[in-house]
Amino acid sequence: MQLTLWTYEGPPHVGAMRIATAMRGVHYVLHAPQGDTYADLLFTMIERRDRRPPVTYTTFQARDLGADTATLFKNAVREAYDRFRPEAMIVGASCTAELIQDDPGGLAESLGLPIPVIALELPAYQRKENWGAAETLYRLVRAATLGAKPQRGAFSVNILGPTALGFRHRDDLAEITALIRALGISINVIAPWNARFADLQRLPLAHANIVLYPEIAGTAAAYLARTFGQKTISTVPIGLNATREFIAELTTLADVACPDDIEADQRSSWYTRSVDSTYLTGKRAFIFGDASHAIALARVAAEEMGFTVVGLGTYSREFGRELREAAAQYGVTPLISDDYLEIEAAIGAAVPEIVLGTQMERHIAKRLGIPCAVISAPMHVQDFPARRAPVMGFEGSNVLFDTLTHPLMMGLEEHLIGMFREDFEFHADAAPSHLGGDVAVRPETLVSGWDQAAEAELKKIPFFVRGKARRNTESFAAEHGVSLITIETLYDAKAHFAR
Amino acid sequence: MDGCVAPIMPAVAAPAIIRERGQREVFCGLTGIVWLHRRIQDAFFLVVGSRTCAHLIQSAAGVMIFAEPRFATAIIEERDLAGRADLDDELDRVVGQLLARRPEIKLLFLVGSCPSEVIKFDLSRAAARLDSRANGAVRILAYSGSGIETTFTEGEDACLTALVPSLVASDQAQLVVVGALADAVEDQFQRLFAAIGLDRVAFLPARRASAMPPIGRGTKFILAQPFLAATARALQERGAERIDAPFPLGIEGSTLWFEAAAAAFGIAPAIVAHAIAGPAKRGRDAVAKIAAELAGKSVFFFPDSQLEIPLARFLARECGMHLTEVGTPFLHRDLMARELSLLPPATQLAEGQDVERQLDRCEAARPDLVVCGLGLANPLEAMGLATKWSIELVFTPTQGFEQAADLANLFARPLARRARVKV
Repeated sequence: MQLTLWTYEGPPHVGAMRIATAMRGVHYVLHAPQGDTYADLLFTMIERRDRRPPVTYTTFQARDLGADTATLFKNAVREAYDRFRPEAMIVGASCTAELIQDDPGGLAESLGLPIPVIALELPAYQRKENWGAAETLYRLVRAATLGAKPQRGAFSVNILGPTALGFRHRDDLAEITALIRALGISINVIAPWNARFADLQRLPLAHANIVLYPEIAGTAAAYLARTFGQKTISTVPIGLNATREFIAELTTLADVACPDDIEADQRSSWYTRSVDSTYLTGKRAFIFGDASHAIALARVAAEEMGFTVVGLGTYSREFGRELREAAAQYGVTPLISDDYLEIEAAIGAAVPEIVLGTQMERHIAKRLGIPCAVISAPMHVQDFPARRAPVMGFEGSNVLFDTLTHPLMMGLEEHLIGMFREDFEFHADAAPSHLGGDVAVRPETLVSGWDQAAEAELKKIPFFVRGKARRNTESFAAEHGVSLITIETLYDAKAHFAR
Repeated sequence: MDGCVAPIMPAVAAPAIIRERGQREVFCGLTGIVWLHRRIQDAFFLVVGSRTCAHLIQSAAGVMIFAEPRFATAIIEERDLAGRADLDDELDRVVGQLLARRPEIKLLFLVGSCPSEVIKFDLSRAAARLDSRANGAVRILAYSGSGIETTFTEGEDACLTALVPSLVASDQAQLVVVGALADAVEDQFQRLFAAIGLDRVAFLPARRASAMPPIGRGTKFILAQPFLAATARALQERGAERIDAPFPLGIEGSTLWFEAAAAAFGIAPAIVAHAIAGPAKRGRDAVAKIAAELAGKSVFFFPDSQLEIPLARFLARECGMHLTEVGTPFLHRDLMARELSLLPPATQLAEGQDVERQLDRCEAARPDLVVCGLGLANPLEAMGLATKWSIELVFTPTQGFEQAADLANLFARPLARRARVKV
C-alpha cells in the first residue's frame, strides 16, 4: 500500500484510452465499474476534444457482481459494435474488473465479430498510464502486422508515439512532419495519431521508425525492429542540438542532403548568444518530468541556456537507467520517484532559481516562491494552448527559449534589485514585476545563532539566492566553530564560497 | 407568491418514467470528498483504493488548489493482493504515517472504493480497531464511496451515515439541518431561523469534528440536500424525526422549506412570512431579471447529483422553462414526494441511464440547454447544443433566498455567452 497525495500518471487503462482516442475507427470496450467514466473528461475538458473518447464502459454495480458481469460485458461489446461499427476493437479491464477476472478477451472473441478484436492485459496494480499506452500501441501494431512480408520501395519513415492527451503532441507532430518533408523524406505512417487499423498494417513498409515519445512508442518500435528489421531513430528532437542530431541521423539513413535553409526560422541560438541573455548564465535549474522530457530539457538547460542543472528527476520508473545516466553527466543525484512530497523536499533542498517541471512542480514552485516552467505531462488545460507551441524541432527550440526565460526576472531588473535592496516597492521580497508584485515568497525561518544585524543583512540578499546564502553561511559557521553569526561571518562565508 | 410563479398543480397521474440500465456517465461517490473535505475543516479522507481512485479525485478536483490536501489515497498494490503483505498491517502503517504528518486532524474517514469492496477489505472493522487505538486523539470512521455502491452525491450520504452513530445522544429539542452547505448559506439560514424564533438549530456535518450535533428523540431534522436517504434513515433510527419539505432551491423551495421547519415546531406561517419577507422579495426580484432570459426555453437533464428534480421544479415554476427530460440517477419517491407534486404534470422523468440512448433522445429533442456531466458537455457543445456542467450545481452555493438568482444565473450564463460571442 502506498500513500499518495497526487499522481503523476493515471492507471494503465487511461493509457489505452489515449491510444484509442488518438486513432480513428478503433473502439475500446472497458470492463469497469460506475465512476470510471470520469476519464472521459480528461479528453473532453482538459484536451477540449469535441467528441467523446471512443470508449464503452460496462459500468457494473454491486448488484451485478452477484449476477452475471460476463454477460454484461458481452452485451456491451455487441452493442458498441452495432452502434459504432469500428474497424478494430480493443477490450480490457480496469482495476476493479481485473479483480473479478471475467476474461474480456475470451468473452469478446466468443462473439465472433467480423473485425480484429485485441485483448489487453494491463495490470492495474503494477503498472501506470504510460506503460498502458505503450502496451496498447504494441498490441495493436502486433495484431496489425502479424505475418506481414513487406516489399520496401523508396526510403520512408514512420512516426510513432503522438497520442491524445499528450504534452504538445499535436504541435510537435506538425513541426516534425514539416521538418521531415523539408528534408525530402517521405512519411509512410504516423501512429497512433489519426491512424486507422489499416494504417498500422502498412507500418512494415517503412525503413525506419521515428520514436518521438519513447515512453509510448518504445515497445512497438522495438517489436518492429526485431520483426521487420526496421531501423529505430530514438533521438528525441527537443532542443536545438538534439534537433540537429535528429536531422543528421535521418539524412544519413535516408542518404539525402540537408537543405541549407533548414534552420531559416530558428532564432533560439541567436537569442541565447544575445548579450541580454548573459543574466541566464549559471541559473540553478531543477528539472522533473517524464523521462524523455526531463532528460531533453536538462540538455537544453545546460547547453542552450547556460543554466546549471542542480536537480534531475522523473516519475517514469521504466526509464530509470536513462535518467541516471543523464544525471551523472550533470553531477546530480538522480531522483526517480512519483512521491510528490519527496519531490517537493528535493526541490526545496536544491534551492533552484527555476524549476522545469510538471503542473505538480508548478504548485511546489509557487509555494517556494521559485519561477517555474511546465515542460512535461501530467496534463493541464493550459498545456493545450490555442496557438501552435511545439517543444520539438527548431520552432520547438524557439518556444523553449521563451518558455524557460519568461518566468525569470529580466537581467536589468535583477541588477536594479541588487542595487536598491531596500527600495520600498522594488525590494528583495518582490516578485518579478511582470509576474505581479505580490506573489508569495516563502517565509524565512531564521535559525537561532544569527545576530540581528546579520539577519537584516541576509534579507538584503535577493530571495532567489538567499536560501543558498543562509545555508552556506551556517555551514561555514559550523565548520569554523562560530556560534553567533554576525555580518562579518556572512561576508567571510561569501568570500569562502566565492566561485 | 407573486404572479410570475405558476400555481401549485394538483397531483396528477405520474408520467411514464423512462427506466434504463446501461452505461452510466456519472461520477462515483468518492467525488464527494472534493467538497466534504472543505466542509469539515479538521477531517481527512483516506481512500483505500487504486491509482484510478487517486486519479479520479485529482481530475474531479480540477486543479490542485491546496498546499497539502486533506485527502489522499492508500493505493493497493500487487503485493497486497497477492497476500505478500497483510492488508490490515499495511493500512495501520499508512494511517500511522498520515497521522504523524498531520497531527491537527481530528476526524479520519477511511473511504472504501471499488477494489477494496471487491476484495472484501473490511474498513469498518479496521476503522474501529484504529479508532480504539487512537484513544480519542482522532476519531476514525469508515464509509464506502465506491462506484459499485454509490453514485456521485451518494458519497456524501454514505459519509454522513457513517457519522451518525458517533453523534452524542441527547433528547434536547432541536432542529438539525442535514447536508453539506456553503458556510455563507449556513450563516444565512442560522440568521433566518433565529428570526423565525428557532434558536436551537444545528448543522450536519458541522464545520469541525468537535462541533457535530447531538441526536435523539427531541431532534427534528430537515434535509438541505435531496440525496441523503440513508442518512435520514440512520437519524430516524436514533429517534430523530424527519420534517418533510421540498428542497431550499429557488424562492418557492426555500419558502416551503422554512415553513415546514417552523411548522414542525408549531410556529405559525405568519411569523415565517414576516421573517423571510425581505430576503424572499429581494431574491424574487433578482430571479425575475434572469428568468426573463430563460422563459420559454427548453432544458434537458442528464442524471448526475439527484438535484435534478428540485432544479427542474425551480426552472419550470420560477424561470418559466420547459422541461424536455429530467434524468436522475435514483428516484427516492418518499423524499421527493413534495418536489414531484410541484413539477408540471407532463414532465418526462428518467431514472438510471443508458448514456447512448439518452444522447440519441437529447439530440432528437434539441433542447435549448442541456445539464450534463463534464464528459458530455463539450461533445454536446460541438453538436451545437448549449450545456451547463452539472458539477457546478453541486459546488456552488445555490440554496436559499440570497442564492436563488445565482442559481438561475448558472443556467442563464451558457445561453448569454452564446448570444454574446460572435465566432
